[in-house]
Amino acid sequence: MCLAIPAKVVEIGKGEGKDEDKGGVKAKADFGGVSREIDVSLVDAKVGDYVMVHAGFAIEIMDEHEAKETIELWREMLEKCF
Amino acid sequence: MKHLDEYRDRELAQRIIERIHASSKKGIRIMEVCGTHTVSIFRNGIRDVLPSNIALISGPGCPVCVTATEEIDKSIKLSREHDVIITTFGDLMRVPGSKSSLQKEKANGADIRVVYSVSDAIKIASNNPQKRVVFLGIGFETTAPTIAAAVLEAKSEGIKNFFVLVLHKLIPPAMEALLSGGDLKIDGFMCPGHVTSIIGASSYVPVTQRYHIPCVVAGFEPIDILQAIYMLVEQLEEGQAQVEIQYKRGVTFEGNKNAMAIMERVFDRCDTVWRGLGVISKSGFKLKVQYREFAAEDSFDLSIPKAKEHPGCMCGEILRGVVTPAECPLFRRTCNPGHPVGPCMVSSEGTCAAYYKYQA
Repeated sequence: MCLAIPAKVVEIGKGEGKDEDKGGVKAKADFGGVSREIDVSLVDAKVGDYVMVHAGFAIEIMDEHEAKETIELWREMLEKCF
Repeated sequence: MKHLDEYRDRELAQRIIERIHASSKKGIRIMEVCGTHTVSIFRNGIRDVLPSNIALISGPGCPVCVTATEEIDKSIKLSREHDVIITTFGDLMRVPGSKSSLQKEKANGADIRVVYSVSDAIKIASNNPQKRVVFLGIGFETTAPTIAAAVLEAKSEGIKNFFVLVLHKLIPPAMEALLSGGDLKIDGFMCPGHVTSIIGASSYVPVTQRYHIPCVVAGFEPIDILQAIYMLVEQLEEGQAQVEIQYKRGVTFEGNKNAMAIMERVFDRCDTVWRGLGVISKSGFKLKVQYREFAAEDSFDLSIPKAKEHPGCMCGEILRGVVTPAECPLFRRTCNPGHPVGPCMVSSEGTCAAYYKYQA
């Protein structure tokens, strides 16, 4: 149930700054071609970020550098071992 | 989709598998505490490619499955109130309570609506001011902050007809309860990726220290799972017990501070009951005093008769990893996805449903 799907933030709700007392900062996100409103009040996302979306909320900004680096490091390590 | 192909690379997977075979000497039991991992392990045939000395055990990683029968009974009671709209994630609909299920109640006329997000429940409340809208708040730490954010939104928008039955459960206390139970041998934990996106990998440090058990936070693709197993094997062969993150693209050591702050703001920790594990100290949430106007238990009479479990159903033991579904006398006989007796067969991420679908 804790499934989260990557999406790209396309637009963040106009004029809605972060307010600790308020939930509900909305954004438009692109799920591989499908556009949907998500809530970004749990993350400091900017337009262009890839976020992990769970139950309509961005729960984390995906670290693209780490995504590439994890694979590269493993490839390098495995090259050395075999 | 972002970063999926490289984490499904066959050649890289093959190399990691070879590496696991070369390194793994000891007999080890690794528990995953995440339904999405359970399904990914089956779907990708991970068990079949591991050496026979590595056992993968499924733990209490499916929020629907660990929801106690009494909690289902309370939800059913709420659905029978004439002015109530129940909003819920779809997974909960078919879970059997003592006598009924939400699905049966809906068939009998109750207004129960499946929503994708708690935000949808807020919209339903706004659009139906004459009704009381109750959201069934199940889920682990991944989901709990979304409910907390919704409560803050309802408060700031002045929505008075929105209520939450908070049934959230927290993973690290359950891991400790399993280890202290004494009837299960676990050598390492594969920790849930998205729960840990929220709480941070540092949350497992007490487990590694108290029980000398390594914890590796894993992603959900086949390469993620294989890497995590390899990292656990390395630690166990060397006698280490560290917290490591394999899923670095989605998880940090510290976690999502915004999400944790929102949970802290809205919820207090409380003891809660888990199916199969009983009451675990400080393993659940309840709304704080200043948000009690949204607490379903304060606005409705939720007293119910003592919950009845189906005789013979072994979901409790299966959730603790003490038995496998094949050892349950009901599995594939009276209990199947078309007619689930216990919650582990209901949820697509339940251990029994995964065994049924993928295990010949």
